[in-house]
Amino acid sequence: MTKLNSKIPSGPLAEKWTKYKDTANLVNPANKKKLDVIVVGTGLAGASAASSLGELGYQVKNFCYQDSSRRAHSVAAQGGINAAKNYRNDGDSIYHLFYDMIKGGDYRAREANVYRAAQVSNDVIDHFTAIGVPFARDYGGNLDNRSFGGVQVSRTFYAKGLTGQQCLLGTYSSLNRQINKGMVTMYPRQEMLDLVVIDGKARGIITRNLITGEIERHSAHAVVLATGGYGTIYYLSTLAVNSNPSAAWKAHKKGAYFANPSFVQIHPTSIPQLNDFQAKLTLMSESLRNDGRIWVPKAKGDKRHANTIPNEERDYFLERRYPAFGNLVPRDVASRAAKERCDAGYGVSDTGLAVNLDFRDAIQKQGKKAIESKYGNLFEMYETITGTSPYDEPMRIYPAGHYTMGGLWVDYELMTTVPGLYAIGESNFSDHGANRLGASSLMQTSGDGYFILPYTIANYLSDEIRTPRISTDLKEFEEAEKEVMNQLEKLISIKGTKSATSFHRKLGKIMWDYCGMSRNEEGLNKARVMVKKLKEDFYKDLMVPGGLNELNQELEKAGRVADYFDVADLMITDALNRTESCGAHFREESQTEEGEAKRNDADFMYVAAWEYNSSKQIHQLHKEDLKYEEVEVKVRSYK
Amino acid sequence: MRVKLKIWRQKDANSKGAFVNYDFDGASPEMSFLEMLDALNTRLIEKGEDPIAFDSDCREGICGACGMYINGYPHGPVKGITTCHLSMRYFKDGQNIVVEPWRSKAFPVIRDLIVDRNSFDKIQVAGGFISTNVGSAPDSHAIPVIKEKSDHSFDSAICIGCGACVAACKNASAMLFVSAKVSQYAQIPQGKIEAKERVEAMIQKMDELGFGNCTNTGACEAQCPKEISVINIARMNREFYVAKIS
Amino acid sequence: MSSFLGSSLTKKIVMAFAGLFLIMFLLVHLGLNLFLLSDDPGPFNKAAHFMASNPVIKIFELVLMGGFLLHILWGVILQIQNWLARPVRYKKMAETQISFFSKYMIYTGGIILIFLIIHFVNFYFVKLGLVEGDHENFYGMAHELFQLPGYVVFYLVALLILGFHLNHAFQSAFQTLGLNHETYTPCIKFVGLAYSIVVPAGYAVIPLIIYFVK
Repeated sequence: MTKLNSKIPSGPLAEKWTKYKDTANLVNPANKKKLDVIVVGTGLAGASAASSLGELGYQVKNFCYQDSSRRAHSVAAQGGINAAKNYRNDGDSIYHLFYDMIKGGDYRAREANVYRAAQVSNDVIDHFTAIGVPFARDYGGNLDNRSFGGVQVSRTFYAKGLTGQQCLLGTYSSLNRQINKGMVTMYPRQEMLDLVVIDGKARGIITRNLITGEIERHSAHAVVLATGGYGTIYYLSTLAVNSNPSAAWKAHKKGAYFANPSFVQIHPTSIPQLNDFQAKLTLMSESLRNDGRIWVPKAKGDKRHANTIPNEERDYFLERRYPAFGNLVPRDVASRAAKERCDAGYGVSDTGLAVNLDFRDAIQKQGKKAIESKYGNLFEMYETITGTSPYDEPMRIYPAGHYTMGGLWVDYELMTTVPGLYAIGESNFSDHGANRLGASSLMQTSGDGYFILPYTIANYLSDEIRTPRISTDLKEFEEAEKEVMNQLEKLISIKGTKSATSFHRKLGKIMWDYCGMSRNEEGLNKARVMVKKLKEDFYKDLMVPGGLNELNQELEKAGRVADYFDVADLMITDALNRTESCGAHFREESQTEEGEAKRNDADFMYVAAWEYNSSKQIHQLHKEDLKYEEVEVKVRSYK
Repeated sequence: MRVKLKIWRQKDANSKGAFVNYDFDGASPEMSFLEMLDALNTRLIEKGEDPIAFDSDCREGICGACGMYINGYPHGPVKGITTCHLSMRYFKDGQNIVVEPWRSKAFPVIRDLIVDRNSFDKIQVAGGFISTNVGSAPDSHAIPVIKEKSDHSFDSAICIGCGACVAACKNASAMLFVSAKVSQYAQIPQGKIEAKERVEAMIQKMDELGFGNCTNTGACEAQCPKEISVINIARMNREFYVAKIS
Repeated sequence: MSSFLGSSLTKKIVMAFAGLFLIMFLLVHLGLNLFLLSDDPGPFNKAAHFMASNPVIKIFELVLMGGFLLHILWGVILQIQNWLARPVRYKKMAETQISFFSKYMIYTGGIILIFLIIHFVNFYFVKLGLVEGDHENFYGMAHELFQLPGYVVFYLVALLILGFHLNHAFQSAFQTLGLNHETYTPCIKFVGLAYSIVVPAGYAVIPLIIYFVK
């Protein structure tokens, strides 16, 4: 039944990428000039791809919905970026990094892709250093490292708590250099509203100019999506409020398979919700777990101030349950453990939906100054938001939707099932399996854009050198534009009584409750009905003020929320289908006696790639079986 | 809590704007300023009125998208934060709050509180980069950097490009923004190679775009949400003169 | 080169150098003025004669005039550009400047310019022969003026304004010239503050003594 071809090169794992590069087709410089590439998104993946392709000589058009490419949400990544440099001499290697990711992903990622991500990680760090990214250094003038969850070496490079910002701004500067040279044309405040497929190949996109409302057609020989994940499905998440999966979803509806949609990472350490109108949850970097200890009171409903509770009455539940990794267990494990304690009634704060992250011992041992130099800006941010200082009392944290391992299905070349359409960074599904380890997102997304896509796209474009520039007058463009206009007109003409955000908030609550940190069949089925009902209400009672031909933020939101309903439905479908627990996907029906996730390798060692059947409006499952040739598939344990 | 808002409304770049009063009683001290505006907008939308347009994205103080002039201060009266981090607990019940967009010739208003900050990108495009192609980098440790210099470079590099410096400056000067980038690269060996071209190109672009001139008032530093120092401006001046006379 | 001459930073460096030059001149001029406190007109008039006739000083005089003109001209041009950079003003503006007097440089500068013109009419133009008067007896002319209460008040107000102008000018010039340093800048700021008080005060003492004591 499967039509999926992952195109993994044969040969030993460590040599696959070299072999691929040696045999892939190239495009000569004179021809590159004649080839257009559209890159959607300007985060680390998009900006690195656009700038690299510009350096190579392609004509690149780069789009983002923000007012400037520098604002893409990679900017908010805090803790760090991994690389197998082994600068610490602590036994790290490409293989170790690869192995940690495979294990961290709970054996649901593709070996060859993960190995390649680990291989290029060192190049990524070197490149960032060369373009002036100010990573932390030691007094010898060399780069410093810190440790992150789920691993036993220090391989994380960082720039205080602003690693994402620094990597993104570095990439933004490379992008600017290509804009300066005329190789990249930047289209800010443009939102992709559809993909244009001609003769089975991705040939362009339809966008809306967010200032004027004008619908525009843009053509290219290939289209690269670097549009991030769908974590905002929960409404409250650590993502930017405008982050959205619409571009990827439109591509999905035009033929790109969507893989593992139920694999969503819930980050254990975010600031808990403070009010009903809250627009987002702010992440506190995982790096804090290096020195912070997580605990709740041993007594149920203990409402004493944290500082007055003596040590013997504290339950350091991560250290208790997972002595080998302690507070540094992977994110899915830490999140579930916190949820378990709160559900059992041990949570702190008025809502009972929080646990303590305590720096008392670290401050005592290392001094306030040392802690300040490591986490100063994070502590400040926490104090700004909550009004209390983590130097004086424990932080209160709770899990929040954060990262989506699922995404558009791509083969080894990062191409989706639509020829000429690529997905990189978080928008694809490829490298993190069922759970992502900390600091590997910046690594993967930069690796995709800087060092992988530029090679693989050439292999495709080498066959396109005879294709002249694609006209936007073709009927496929016209049809796609018409479809986009119809949808926008439909949304604006409902003229109901409720804002798009109010629907989004309700949807988020349903998904958080039934398709969040833990799922069961009954809940999922219930959620499916609720989502369907909410979608019907949406199309009856939505209110979008203003017109089409103007800056209209409500119209933008409405379009995205409309897609969220469909994404939610597919997430539920996938979560129902996967009756095992693995990584971040925890099916209550499948757990060990100790409450740990229980995988079912016999039935579920595959990537679930969903095809959208537009005529029947249903989803059809395709399985890509995962083969582990290099690593032994084991029970993932951090005990 | 209740707040009396006076907010600048302007349909688009070519329309004439005006202040509109909103007496809003749906705020609470736990809300951020933007969440308060979200709540106000929800009411407007439910009445079928145009909500107040404003930029915001990450809502955690790092993307630089948000920014409005609140009661005479860019990003509001609290030091060292962006508008999205401004909590309503800093306002009194019943307080009058005037909300305006950034005002600068180089930042024309697009709608309501949204301004066009594309000129910042143009300055960066003119020279805010190190010309190293992908794949040509040596091993990271081939270029040791003095820790102090590297840390200072980081301090300059944390600019979020929000435009508060321009908004705060009585001359609408972009010197702090430009100097932060110039300084970031001027302090590390990787950036020194094209230091001369960089500072000249960026300043020339800055002048072309209609920003005012720096008169060393220090308002930019005082209002910068990332508290970037005017030492960067002095450093850029130095870089510029050295570039011109060498 | 044209980008150098036309650049905003170049205008500022010219402002700064010219300003610092004028600041130095203030000290020289003050030294000269202190002779006015002597009962004997001889030393002051001799010094004035020397200043008026020495060829080296004459060259400096040209430089000084150039300094004045450049400082004023660039100051006005920069200020006009600055006003144009914000065509729509804020409705409500709070006090955010770190350096208080920096906001009013064009106004304090303007008042100093008015003083300068009157001062020129009274003394410098006499020396040039453009205005009638005894250019060998500036001592007497100064003493006559300092007997007029209106003139003394005007003179003192102008000095106060000069102090305000200097208060920002001194440190600002160093910043413009790229001289900002964690350790030295506080010293520069202190010296600037001291200068902006001591020098105008030194000038102010002279008419006060002449008016009240003599």
